[in-house]
Amino acid sequence: MTNLIEIKNVRHAYRTDAGPLPVLDGLEISVPEGGFVAVVGPSGCGKSTLTRLIAGLMKPDEGEVWLHGERVKGPRSTVGMAFQNPVLLEWRTILKNVLLPLEIVPTKLTRAQAEERARFLLSLVGLEGFEDKRPSELSGGMRQRASLCRALIHQPDVLILDEPFGALDAFTREDLWQTMHKVKEREPFTGVLITHDLRESIFLADQVVVLSGRPARTQYVLDVPSTGPRTLDDLYTPAAVEQLAILRHQIQIAQGRATPEDSPA
Amino acid sequence: MTPMKLARSIGVPLLAVAVFLAFWEWLVWFNGWPRFKMAAPSDLPPAFERHWSLFLSMGWQTLWRTVVGLILAVIFGTILGMIMGFSRIMRDALYPLLVGFNAIPKATVVPIVALMFVGQHDFNTVLLAFMISFFPIAVSVSIGLSTLEPEYRDILRSLGASQATIFWKIALPKTLPEFFGALKVAVTLAFIGTNLMEIVSPHGRGLGALFDSGRTNSDFPLMFAVLIALAFLGIVLYYIVVALEKIFAGWAERAPG
Repeated sequence: MTNLIEIKNVRHAYRTDAGPLPVLDGLEISVPEGGFVAVVGPSGCGKSTLTRLIAGLMKPDEGEVWLHGERVKGPRSTVGMAFQNPVLLEWRTILKNVLLPLEIVPTKLTRAQAEERARFLLSLVGLEGFEDKRPSELSGGMRQRASLCRALIHQPDVLILDEPFGALDAFTREDLWQTMHKVKEREPFTGVLITHDLRESIFLADQVVVLSGRPARTQYVLDVPSTGPRTLDDLYTPAAVEQLAILRHQIQIAQGRATPEDSPA
Repeated sequence: MTPMKLARSIGVPLLAVAVFLAFWEWLVWFNGWPRFKMAAPSDLPPAFERHWSLFLSMGWQTLWRTVVGLILAVIFGTILGMIMGFSRIMRDALYPLLVGFNAIPKATVVPIVALMFVGQHDFNTVLLAFMISFFPIAVSVSIGLSTLEPEYRDILRSLGASQATIFWKIALPKTLPEFFGALKVAVTLAFIGTNLMEIVSPHGRGLGALFDSGRTNSDFPLMFAVLIALAFLGIVLYYIVVALEKIFAGWAERAPG
């Protein structure tokens, strides 16, 4: 078993006043080391619950989550997270925001080394010169870039991205997609990306997992073969168009608006 | 700022004050009110001069008792706010009690406190300043803590941070703007508390007692002089809080534009 993330037959239900509300039911996902998996599915199908399970912020009712061959029982410092809301601390400069995880996680880096690494990450995402600005002085896209640096500063094994580009405009989003590829080249990580955007999923990930409607189980897995560095033009090739058609069809099935017998397109 | 703008920003308010004082002076002169009925602005400097040492010693008494009451309110209010902010059950339990307590007009509490701790003037006054001013602080801290977005916690919790670390690094600083907003209200309230006790339960201390002695003698110049002194102290305390806010929560103030 060489998979870095292994989600085995996970079931989870939220307790509500009206009784248990099952959100995940028999979920199976595995991500090899260095892999990047995108998870798509209808709204409210439990995608965010999945991120909290991997991060160890929650325990599943049934089933197991494994990271690096170890069963996840609680939070661990080898995880980096970024959300749709960049949640930067307004009272800190961008540089100090990026350094925050190193104040929690034990690190071998000296203060100067840590700062150097933060500056390197910031320059990697195109935020050179903004180190001493406050979050309120940055645009939404720039804040998201800074949030990405914070998720990476402690060199996590696993990067969990919960719709990080969801609130951005289309141009900024495509910009950040390309940034993600650049970052992954220099700072390899194993990633799980939750997204609503099918184009984003095939542009960034090498495997797309489609979840069914609530309670979510693994409905479909699409491999996105990689043929060298991706560019935005790749999204308009026949192969990409076909992948998108398959995914769209699968989402419709998950929403109950189509059956597997319908032809995708 | 250009000299022209500076002159305007200082000159206009000064002019407004001068017009106000002139109108007041005219009103007293026009009605022919004697000094045992109303004081004119021109009566105030002599009143200050005559009682200057009293103003200094009693002003100091009012000031330190207000500040001590306020400090106690900050400590108690913050602890109470933390308890209510972190625990839903405690919030449900304490909130109705707090609202009920706050609804009691504090002037009615004065005789009770004065009777319970008879003779302990400093303690009484500090207690009332405290009782009247801890409420907004407790409420603002509890709201600040309980409305912290879960993502903020998750950012640190996913790295294995303890609750205490999350509190010091995120919850506390994030609550500071609300806290200072409440402190601005509390500083004025504490001042009211001190003066209530000094006036309603006279024991010869503080500006409130000086005011009361002016009242018994129908000495309007003295009474108005005390009001001016109280306004001055209130303004000083308020701007001390504003300065502290600039230092500790200045980040919350966004650059215009």
